[in-house]
Amino acid sequence: MRSVFIEPSFEAWRQQARALLAAAVPPEEVLWSEQGEQAALFPASEAVAPHAVPVAKVSAAFLAIARTAAAHTAPQRWATLYRLLWRLTHGGERHLLSIPTDRDVRTVQEWCKAVRRGVHKMRAFVRFRLVGTDDATGREQFVAWFEPDYPLVRLVAPFFQKRFAGMDWSILTPHECVHWDGATLHFTPGVPRSAAADEDALDELWRTYFRSIFNPARLKVKAMHAAMPKKYWKNLPEAELIPELIAGSEQRVARMLMSEARPAKPAAGNPYLDRLRHMNDSEEPAE
Amino acid sequence: MELQRKLEILADAAKYDASCASSGAARKDSRGGKGVGSTGGAGICHSYAPDGRCISLLKLLLTNSCLYDCHYCINRRSSNVQRARFTPDEVVKLTVDFYKRNYIEGLFLSSGIIQSADYTMELLVSVARKLREEHHFRGYIHLKTIPEASPALIGLAGSFADRISINIELPTQAGLDSLAPEKSLARTQRAMAHIRDRIDERLADKRKPDAPRPPPFATGQSTQMLVGADASTDATILQRADVLYRSYRLRRVYYSGFSPIPQPSKLLPINAPPLVREHRLYQADWLLRFYEFKVGELTTADEPNLDLALDPKLAWALRNRARFPADVNRAPREILLRVPGLGVRNVDRIIAARRHTRLRLADLLRLRIAMKKVLPFIIAADHVPTRSGLDADDFRARFLPPPVQMALDFGAPQATPADLVSVRSGEF
Repeated sequence: MRSVFIEPSFEAWRQQARALLAAAVPPEEVLWSEQGEQAALFPASEAVAPHAVPVAKVSAAFLAIARTAAAHTAPQRWATLYRLLWRLTHGGERHLLSIPTDRDVRTVQEWCKAVRRGVHKMRAFVRFRLVGTDDATGREQFVAWFEPDYPLVRLVAPFFQKRFAGMDWSILTPHECVHWDGATLHFTPGVPRSAAADEDALDELWRTYFRSIFNPARLKVKAMHAAMPKKYWKNLPEAELIPELIAGSEQRVARMLMSEARPAKPAAGNPYLDRLRHMNDSEEPAE
Repeated sequence: MELQRKLEILADAAKYDASCASSGAARKDSRGGKGVGSTGGAGICHSYAPDGRCISLLKLLLTNSCLYDCHYCINRRSSNVQRARFTPDEVVKLTVDFYKRNYIEGLFLSSGIIQSADYTMELLVSVARKLREEHHFRGYIHLKTIPEASPALIGLAGSFADRISINIELPTQAGLDSLAPEKSLARTQRAMAHIRDRIDERLADKRKPDAPRPPPFATGQSTQMLVGADASTDATILQRADVLYRSYRLRRVYYSGFSPIPQPSKLLPINAPPLVREHRLYQADWLLRFYEFKVGELTTADEPNLDLALDPKLAWALRNRARFPADVNRAPREILLRVPGLGVRNVDRIIAARRHTRLRLADLLRLRIAMKKVLPFIIAADHVPTRSGLDADDFRARFLPPPVQMALDFGAPQATPADLVSVRSGEF
């Protein structure tokens, strides 16, 4: 049995996995641990020399899902990914990835799905706050605080770069931070929540919008919770309104239903409407 | 009027439009430009309201004053709702400011009709033009268009917007005649045909070899139909949707269950349809677009409305039990798509997997398929359902939701909206 300690990153795993493959070590003989974890029962046995040269060919599809799954936090992911890699390259199962019912494939796909959902929610729920304007460049500067499910900063940074190229921004998270200055993305270590601004002058206007776009006559609280789990609420300026909107909806609908029904209002003498009516009278019916 | 108050009125006025899609736009982003914005990936819902609807776009009316008298609409001229009007610059600034804070994917702009269709359309277009040309905004823009507006203006709207739409509102002219006297189904469909032709034209230009890239144009159009405001059956609604998909190639038809509005019109039904009716229509719509169902299969001559208790695919399967069970290891894709409980994704996974292995129930379980639902309808390597099960009299009952025991409360029960409806309508 070999113990392998890696930084929890795709690149670190890939390097070790290459070395293990080159030495033809089967997956059941490897014990993967993350650095900083309690040293396992087995001391870090003869450290495998990092191996930079590709030793086996795998499809781009495998690399893509491995990269995504690596962002998950399930501790077994390194071992499962290596087993998948082994089966693809040494186990004679080259078509394994096209068998979505396989246990390992399924597990990795589920991790990917969770990570992709985390990425999607981060794109949706990051909220930028205006903190100032750069004196030299005149560019507006924004800062956001976010607590993603997984360390996702590097996976989402390119999206924000493309979308908000025209402003300076930072996204701060407990794991890692990313900054954009119009030219390059910089990554810095994670920070605590207190490092980010709390409010933006526009939050109140945004809450006004949220309050007004809500239709009290069709309450579907469960659907809202499913799509916007409560764990995200603390960093969404609009979420504080949710309880009062739910509580007030019944009365608002009751008022609508009690209100007096209004008659139609003929509009005579409007030239535009007169023309329209004339057009309608001569209109052929639709098929 | 203060901006905040205007926003309150004009967002409130816009919320009855169900459309929220921000996907399917051409790929563009802000790199190398002066502004912000990107489109082209999956749509993003930036928030959710307690009505379960996603908030993706800043959905506004330019004004809620309107010449028309559509009786289902809170903004009709006979309503006495408070009126407001944004200047184009106010909408532009709100959109950009909201976008920079990542509150929204873009703008959905509609308007009540003031002065004339062309006058109103010009105002809408001016907002989109300012966003694109003055602010280099590359985010999503959805413009509502007016069928009576000139084709040139509708074309201009399409050149700035990612999506344009015209609401058909009701599936028949008879319905429009009674509730929306200014509207014409034929005119709406003609305008849709015009937009379809413009979209096609641009696609054809794009495919020409060596031709310069044609100027941008909206990549799709959508519409909305109101459910439960007139007497139209689900069959009528779905037939209209089918025509719109096939003949006008709409990207989406939205179904909006009519819900109580303030300032209701005397001509409106007093009972809103149950929310589940709208849900069943969306499910049926999905069957038309992704499951190869024909519109005539969704309802029957005897029952032109969808079953509210069962999803339409299950209801179809129960009417066509002789076609089952289907063998997951052999049945062609179009048959697997008809199995209740199998979605498009899982059908494709099954087809991929069975090239390499014989599928057993454990494999299906791993795909997280709802076993209770599919079991009576499928054969797997280790499963054959009993024929008598499919033919049993209580087969339908097995799929119904469990009955809910009525609560007996002799205290002072709170009046629910349903109670109030019954007070007004005199229905028990």
